[in-house]
Amino acid sequence: MNDMVPVLVEIEATSEEAVLPIFQYLVEGSLHYIKTSKQLVAQVEVSGVIRYKDLLTGQVVADLSKSDVDKIRVNNTLRVYLRNAIARIQLSAKSPSVRESAVRSLLSKLDQETVATLESLYPNETNKKVKEAMALALAMNTAAQTQLAPSNRIAAIDTLSTSLESDVRNLLTQLTRDGNAAVVSAANAALEKIAQRVNRFAFVDQLFFGLSLGSVLLLASIGLAITFGVMGVINMAHGEMIMLGAYTTYVVQLIMPNYIDYSIWVAIPAAFLVSGLMGVLIERLVICRLHGRPLETLLATFGISLILQQLVRTIFSPLNRQVSTPSWMSGSWEINPVLSLTLNRLYILAFALLVFIVLVIVLKKTSLGLNVRAVSQNRNMAKAMGVKTHWVDAMTFGLGSGIAGIAGVALSQLTNVGPNLGQSYIIDSFMVVVFGGVGNLLGTLVAAFTLGIATKFLEPTTGAVLAAILVLVFIILFIQKRPKGLFPQKGRAAE
Amino acid sequence: MSTLPSKTLDSTREFFRRDQVWPFLAPEQATVNVDNQVILYVEGLNLSFDGFKALNNLNLYVNDGELRCLIGANGAGKTTLMDVITGKTQCDSGTVFFGQNHNLLNKDEAEIAQLGIGRKFQKPTVFEEQTVFDNLELSLKTDKRVLPTLFSRLTPTQIDRIDEVLKTIGLAKHRFMLAGALSHGQKQWLEIGMLLVAEPRLLLIDEPVAGMTAQETERTAELLTSLAGERTVIVVEHDMEFVRSIARTVTVLHQGSVLAEGTMNQIQSNKDVIEVYLGEEAAAGEHA
Amino acid sequence: MTRLTAWFSEGRSTGKHTLPFVVILLSVTILASAANLFLPADSAFYVSTYTITLLGKYLCYAMLALAVDIIWGYCGILSLGHGAFFALGGYAMGMYLMRQIGDRGVYGNPLLPDFMVFLDWKELPWFWLGMDQFWFAMLMAVLVPGLLAFVFGWLAFRSRVTGVYLSIMTQALTYALLLAFFRNEMGFGGNNGLTDFKEILGFSLQADSTRVALFLITAILLAVIFVVSQKILSSRLGKVVLAIRDSESRSRFIGYRTDRYKVWLFVYSAVIAGIAGALYVPQVGIINPGEFSPINSIEMVIWVAVGGRGTLIGAVIGALLVNYAKTRFTAIMPDAWLFALGAMFVLVTLYLPKGLMGLYGQLKAKRNSVMNKESQA
Repeated sequence: MNDMVPVLVEIEATSEEAVLPIFQYLVEGSLHYIKTSKQLVAQVEVSGVIRYKDLLTGQVVADLSKSDVDKIRVNNTLRVYLRNAIARIQLSAKSPSVRESAVRSLLSKLDQETVATLESLYPNETNKKVKEAMALALAMNTAAQTQLAPSNRIAAIDTLSTSLESDVRNLLTQLTRDGNAAVVSAANAALEKIAQRVNRFAFVDQLFFGLSLGSVLLLASIGLAITFGVMGVINMAHGEMIMLGAYTTYVVQLIMPNYIDYSIWVAIPAAFLVSGLMGVLIERLVICRLHGRPLETLLATFGISLILQQLVRTIFSPLNRQVSTPSWMSGSWEINPVLSLTLNRLYILAFALLVFIVLVIVLKKTSLGLNVRAVSQNRNMAKAMGVKTHWVDAMTFGLGSGIAGIAGVALSQLTNVGPNLGQSYIIDSFMVVVFGGVGNLLGTLVAAFTLGIATKFLEPTTGAVLAAILVLVFIILFIQKRPKGLFPQKGRAAE
Repeated sequence: MSTLPSKTLDSTREFFRRDQVWPFLAPEQATVNVDNQVILYVEGLNLSFDGFKALNNLNLYVNDGELRCLIGANGAGKTTLMDVITGKTQCDSGTVFFGQNHNLLNKDEAEIAQLGIGRKFQKPTVFEEQTVFDNLELSLKTDKRVLPTLFSRLTPTQIDRIDEVLKTIGLAKHRFMLAGALSHGQKQWLEIGMLLVAEPRLLLIDEPVAGMTAQETERTAELLTSLAGERTVIVVEHDMEFVRSIARTVTVLHQGSVLAEGTMNQIQSNKDVIEVYLGEEAAAGEHA
Repeated sequence: MTRLTAWFSEGRSTGKHTLPFVVILLSVTILASAANLFLPADSAFYVSTYTITLLGKYLCYAMLALAVDIIWGYCGILSLGHGAFFALGGYAMGMYLMRQIGDRGVYGNPLLPDFMVFLDWKELPWFWLGMDQFWFAMLMAVLVPGLLAFVFGWLAFRSRVTGVYLSIMTQALTYALLLAFFRNEMGFGGNNGLTDFKEILGFSLQADSTRVALFLITAILLAVIFVVSQKILSSRLGKVVLAIRDSESRSRFIGYRTDRYKVWLFVYSAVIAGIAGALYVPQVGIINPGEFSPINSIEMVIWVAVGGRGTLIGAVIGALLVNYAKTRFTAIMPDAWLFALGAMFVLVTLYLPKGLMGLYGQLKAKRNSVMNKESQA
C-alpha cells in the first residue's frame, strides 16, 4: 500500500487543482474503481441512494451497483500524507480564502516539506491575510527550532503572541518548558497576552449569548407587555400562543417539504394569523366577559392554556417535533479562531429588533396604535371620546398573541417543538414585563436584554439553574423597591 | 484632635448618654400640640407629575376648630393637597405638620389616620360586602394593631357610640343592611358616619354633597357646622351655594398655590378670584 | 389564656356551617376507619386501606384549599405559590421520615440517606441536623413555610405589590424553588425527592392501623383548623381582612396598617399549607420537586373557585369534589382530564363566580322568595 506514496507525490508535483477531488475522495474513503474498466469513480449519496460519479465528467454513472466496484483502501500513514498534500495543493489555489484556510489547517502538522513549500510561496503571496497566516506558520517553525539563536526564536514568539490559534497556544505551552530561560519568559508573556485576548473574545461570546437569550425573551414577552399594558390582564395562555406559532412552522414545513429554505417566509405570517386569530377568539369568548376582574381573567386564561396544550398533545402527540432550519440560517459566522457566532441566533436577534421596531411604528403611527395608547392611558376617557374599546381590546389581544406566534417561529429554530414549549418561557416573560414596567415597550426591550445578558454572565460561575434562580430572586427583590418596574407610568392616570 | 476613632467614641458616648431617651424608644406622642392655635401647617409644598405642577409652593395654615372651605377650578390642586396631607401621595418638597409635633410627611396613611385625621373621598368608598354596623365598627377609634384587633370585643360604650352615630346619619334602620345595597346619598352619609365614629381631630371632606338632594345637603351643612369648634373641618366643594352656607373662611386654590383667602364676601370681591374662578363659574352658571 | 377562652366562648357568629361540618367530617372519618379496622375484607361495608389513604389525601387537599381560600377568598390575594408552602411542609416531614429509615436503606448507611451515599457525600448537611427528632421536624414543617411567607409577604405587601403582579411574583417564587429543589446539590434528593419511607414514630407506614391513624389525625386537624379559622375570620380581624379585600386604601385611611394584616394572614395561611404538606407526605409515601410546579399551585386555586371562595366550607367541598373527579377521570380517560380541568377554569370563572356555594345560596334565595310569594297569596 505504501507504494502508492511515490505515485501520489508525482501527482502532487503537477500542482493541479484538478487532482484535489481525487485526494479528497481518497481521504474520505469514497474513491472506488470499476472492476472491469479500472475507471475511477466516487461514491456519492443522491437523495438517500448510493450512486457512483465519474471523476472527470462529474456525471453519475448509471447502472452501477455495489458489486461492480471496489473501494480503494488507504491506511493511516497515507491519510496523514494525503491531508497534508491536500493542504499543500490548496496553498496554490486561486481563491485567497481557500489558501488561508489551507495554511491554518497546516499549523498543527508542520513538517519539513510543508515548511519548505510555505517558504517558497511566502515571498510571492499577494493577499495580506494569507501572508499573515503564512508568516505565522513560519514563525511557529522558527520558534520550535531549538538549534536556532534565542533572539530569532524570541522574535518569532512575539509574532505568535498576536495569534489566537489553538495550535499556537499548544506550541507556546510546550515552549514554557524550553531549555532557554529567555525563550520561556517570552513564551509565558506571549501566552499571557493571548489569554487576555481570548478572555476578551470569550466576553464578547457571552455577551452574544446574552443578547440572543434577550432577543428570545423580547419576542416572547413583548406581546404580553402589550396586552398587560392596555387591558391590565395577564394572559396565562400567552405561552401557548408561542407554542401554536411553533407548531404552525412545523405544519408549514410538512406542507412544503421541498422548500424548507422558503418555508419560514410562509411560516411567519401564518403563525401570526393562527395565534392572532386564536387570541381574538379568546378575547371575544372569555376575556371580554371578565372585564374588570383581572384575577379571574388570569385563572380563565390558565384554563385555556391547559386546553390548548392538551389539544396539541392529542393532535400532534406529546412527543417533541423537529423543525428543520433553512440552510441559509444554519452554520456560523467565524470571526476568529476563538469567536464564532451561530447564524440562527444572529438572525433571530436581528428579527427580534425588527419586530420591536415595527411594533413601535405601528403603535406610534397608525390609528390602531393611537387607539391602543389612548385606552392604555385612560380607558374611560378613551371610551368617552368615542374609541370603541371592545374593538381595541380584541385587536390588541390579537396583536399581542400574533407576535407570540412569531416568537414561536423563532423559537422553533432554536429548540424542539413540543406541547410544553410555551410553559418554559412564560414565567421568564412575566418577569421581563414586570421588570420593564407595564405599558412601556422600551422598558420591555431593556428588561429583556438585561435579564438575558445577566443570566448568561451568571451561568459560567453559578450554573444554569442557579442563575435562573438568582435572576428570579433579584426580580422579586427589585419589585419591592420599584413596584412599577424600570420605567413606570407617571402621573395621576397611573393611580 | 479629632481622629476617626475618637469621633466614633464621641458619637458612641453621645448615643449612650444616660440623660436621654433614644428616639426609637421615645413613646409616640398621641397628643397634638396646638399651643399656637394652629392645627395644620402646610409650607412650601411642591409636587409635579411629569412636568405638570400640581402643587406650586403652596402655603396653608388651618386653626384648631376651624371650618375651612377650599375652592378652586379642576386641577387647582385641592384633591392633591388632601392626598399629600393624608399620606397618599409623596410631595417633592415642603413640610406638612399636624400640630407642632407631628411631621406628616414621614408617616403613612394608617399612622396619619391614627393621629386623628379622617378623610372622605369624592366617590363614596364604603366596604360594600359588610353591614352598615360593621362599617362603623371598623372605623371606631380603637387599637388598630393586628393582635388587639383579633381579640377585641365591642364594649357597651362603643356600641352606644355606634348607635349614636347611626342616628346622626339617619341609618339606624339600616344597621344590618349590606353597605353595597345603600343608595348613593346613603353611602355618602355612611362615609361621613365612619369619619364621625373615629372621633378625629381633623376632617378632610372632599365634595360631601355631590349626589345629595337639597334636603340632604341642608342636613350635611348643619352637621358640618356643628362639628366645627370641637373638631377642625376642611371641606372641598364645587357647590358655591353650599360653601356660602357653611363657610367662615374660604381659601381659593389656583394652579397649585393659594390665590386668595378670606371670608366669602372678601373672596367674591377679590379681583383675581373673579378673573380666574368665579368668572368661569358665573359664566357657566349663566349658561346653565 | 383566660383571654383566649373568653374569645372562643364569645357569642360572635361563627358561621352556621361550622358545627354540621365538624360533625359530618368526624363521623365519616370514624365510621370509615372502623369499617377498615374491624370489618372483614369480604364484608360489603369494608373500606379498603387504599380508600382510607385516598380519603386522607383528599383531606390534606381540603386543608390546603382552606389555606388558599383564607388568603384569596377573604383577603383578595391570589397566591399562585401555595404549592411551595405545602411542599416545604412536606419536605420537612419527608426529611424526618428519611432519617427514620436509618441503616435499612439500600446502602445501609446509618446516618446518610441513600441519595447522599449515592452522591458520595461524607456527612450530613447542616439543615438535616435535628430532623431525626419528630418534634423538631414538625416545628420546621410549620416554621419554614411561615418564615418564607413572612419574608415574602413583608417585602411584597410593604411595597404594595398587589393584584396580578403579586400573583405573578408568588408564581415566580414557587418556580424558583422548583428549580432549586431539582438540583442534587441542594441536598433534598434532587429529581427523585424523598421516598422509600419505612416508619413514623416507630409505627410502620405500611400497617393499616398507621394509615387509619394518619387519616384520623388529618381529619381532626382539619376540623381544628376549620374552627380556628372560622373564629379568626368572624372576629373584628376578619372584618378588617374583608375590608382590605374590598377597599384596601379605605382601610388604610381609617387607620389599619393593611400590610401587617396581610402579612400575618399570609403567614397563617402558609402555616396551614405547611401542615397539610406534612400530613400528606406520610400518606402518599413520597415528596418530590414536582409539588413545587406552578401548575399544582394554580390547581389549588380552582378547587376553591369551584367550591366557592370566601366561604371556608366551599373551599373544602371544592377540594374534595375536584380531586374526586380527578381520580375518577384519570382512571377512565386520562387524556380528558386536562380538558376537563381547563374547561372548569373557564366555566367557573365565567358562570360561577361564587362557586357551588354561591349557586346554593342563589337557589335558596329563589326558593325563599317563591315561598314568600305563595304564603302571601
